[in-house]
Amino acid sequence: MMATPLNLKELSKQEELFAPGHRMCAGCGAPIVVKMVMMAAQHPVVVANATGCLEVSTCIAENTSWKAPWIHTAFENAAATLAGAETMYRSLRKQGKLEGDIKFIAFGGDGGTADIGLQSLSGAMERGHDMTYICYDNGAYMNTGIQRSSATPFGADTTTCPVGSQNPGKLQHRKDLTRIMAAHGIPYVAQASPSHWQDLMTKVRKALDIKGPKFINIIAPCNRGWRTEMDDAIKLSRLAVETCYWPLFEIENGVTRITTMPREKKPLTDFMKPQGRFKHLFQPGNEWMLAAAQEHVDACWERLQKEQASPIRHRG
Amino acid sequence: MTKMVAATGNEAIANAMRLAKVDVCSAYPITPATEIMQRFTSFAANGKVQTEVLLAESEHSAMSGCIGASAAGGRVATATSSQGLALMWEMLLVASGQRLPIVMAVCNRALAAPTNIGCDHSDSMGTRDCGWIQLYSETGQEAFDNMLMAFRIAENMDIRMPVMVCQDGFITSHSIANVQWVEENAAATFVGDYRQSNPLLDLKRPVSYGQLALSDLYMEYRKAHDHTMSLVPQVVREVAAEFKEISGRSYDLFESYRLDDAEIGIVVMSSAAGTTKDIIDRYRDKGIKAGLLKPRLYRPFPYEDVAQALKHLKALAVLDRADSFGASFGPLFLDIAGALSACNERPIMINKIFGLGGRDYMPEQGEHVLDELIQIAKGAPVKAAKEYIGVRG
Ligand SMILES: Cc1ncc(C[n+]2csc(CCOP(=O)(O)OP(=O)(O)O)c2C)c(N)n1
Ligand code: SF4
Ligand SMILES: [Mg+2]
Repeated sequence: MMATPLNLKELSKQEELFAPGHRMCAGCGAPIVVKMVMMAAQHPVVVANATGCLEVSTCIAENTSWKAPWIHTAFENAAATLAGAETMYRSLRKQGKLEGDIKFIAFGGDGGTADIGLQSLSGAMERGHDMTYICYDNGAYMNTGIQRSSATPFGADTTTCPVGSQNPGKLQHRKDLTRIMAAHGIPYVAQASPSHWQDLMTKVRKALDIKGPKFINIIAPCNRGWRTEMDDAIKLSRLAVETCYWPLFEIENGVTRITTMPREKKPLTDFMKPQGRFKHLFQPGNEWMLAAAQEHVDACWERLQKEQASPIRHRG
Repeated sequence: MTKMVAATGNEAIANAMRLAKVDVCSAYPITPATEIMQRFTSFAANGKVQTEVLLAESEHSAMSGCIGASAAGGRVATATSSQGLALMWEMLLVASGQRLPIVMAVCNRALAAPTNIGCDHSDSMGTRDCGWIQLYSETGQEAFDNMLMAFRIAENMDIRMPVMVCQDGFITSHSIANVQWVEENAAATFVGDYRQSNPLLDLKRPVSYGQLALSDLYMEYRKAHDHTMSLVPQVVREVAAEFKEISGRSYDLFESYRLDDAEIGIVVMSSAAGTTKDIIDRYRDKGIKAGLLKPRLYRPFPYEDVAQALKHLKALAVLDRADSFGASFGPLFLDIAGALSACNERPIMINKIFGLGGRDYMPEQGEHVLDELIQIAKGAPVKAAKEYIGVRG
């Protein structure tokens, strides 16, 4: 089968596997990400979904947005659920009871992936299931009302680390989930952003073509939780890339490659300023927090560039 | 029919899984169920089964894997005990709510704290309202037979519900006893090919599993579940009748032992029923009309049939190998009392909690219970409606 070229004209002719009419908020980043992922797939896919905004809004009361087979079972186990389906696929294929290639994709939010679902994801990756796990990272538990997750950025105001006279927002830096997944030594790990849709779709296609466990972390702005304008999702995900808060890179068989080099690295405040969740950081007395956030981003960016310069292959 | 062999209850379960030709087995080790998976992975490692084995990183994931595999469209089995079953709890309701015919062997074991690996029924009793069908087994032979029949019950097109096959941890799971297998071809014909229902892997007819159903729809799903459970006893009987043809062994929803003309009786599940039958024989020899009822199908509980079998007794003791803490009765007692509540004539009932955390059930305990029932039947007042037996002070 010829892959559809990654240009808008050709892609617009493709059948959409993720139908409109779902109930995610207008302007939400997550369905944009999902649409891109599903459009990138050039093979039949089976999808698993962790509990979260995406799941509760796309399959309600006998209506579904999913034109591909889809399964949701709970919050912390999208990887284990999909691993089961993939194992049955292998069993039936082996026994000659099923024909044809199927690719397996899981979607989980940052909470369902980096927190409560980290164990089941780690287990599935270690076992080597042939699946692509996609985390859409909106930096909090949005479905339950903007509570902090381990992926919530430093300084952010959430409903469980609320800014108050004794608390200036989240005091911990985000867990670096992409690196944790890379440490599993799986064949493909990447970070992507819907602002760079060709990069995102190329990564998804690459992942789906590789056999074994793959992981892609994709930033997905949430206007409710980030306290932004409704049409800011793409602008903010681009700023996340340009400030190196969310660098675009891939790690293939242990070799790191930065896929988009920002022309000029913008200050982190360009990303933070438009977001109400960081508003308090721009008030007098909180300068140290802005500096600490910038310092952390700089250090991570430095390290990523060093890793690109000195590749260590751990497979292949 | 095959010849008798000496086997543990766990070996019996592993063999039933082999004969049922499961497509996927997803599990995690825990005492005393571990041996089941050790034996089964050895079948897989030696080409004796075609099964793909998913060795999960926890029981939560093991059951999640069973759910994904079962929804995908094939035969699935697993095994666990105690803490493992407790960790699965959330997913048990998803398995039954999504109507997936997963078969799970449970080696009954106590729950922490304090930590204990001995037998009691707290683990599976804690899951009795999770929408699964539950069968309890007295011996390794029964565990084997129940396990084979479980696939037929679970996969019945009118049922499509997961089934738990329980046996007593260590007492039968690890004891070597006589077991008779079913011949391979007969077993294959009996269990039959797996029939799919809305398989996730069907690309021509994509389905969505796991929707959100709010207050406008949720209750209808629950009512449908309850209705389906009401169809189970009939299917359990039909499957047992077919099983008898290939094995020569008969099963019903429960076993009545010298109960028809009895005046006093004991209700007890699983291995303790064997000991109790011996005691009853001895009391019968003394001219005392004692009998026993051993539940086999515990969920759904065949209330009416159980009530019919017990209502003529003068006094009845229910022996629970688990407790429902806080001045309440044991779970089995509550079900028996519920079953008899609609009868005009019914026995006076007492509840004994026994054998927790692997404490041995000794014949004297059963004898004391029968002695007490003799007195109650003669009109003596009940001293304690619920009491722990075989326990210090
Ligand atoms: C075991 C369990 N704990 C808690 C919840 C409640 N819960 C549902 S969704 C959710 C947050 C989801 O956050 P995330 O994974 O980041 O997805 P998002 O909603 O942000 O898209 C929580 C806490 C649950 N459903 N299950
Ligand atoms: S709360 Fe945020 S993540 Fe959830 S649907 Fe709305 S915009 Fe999207
Ligand atoms: Mg989130």
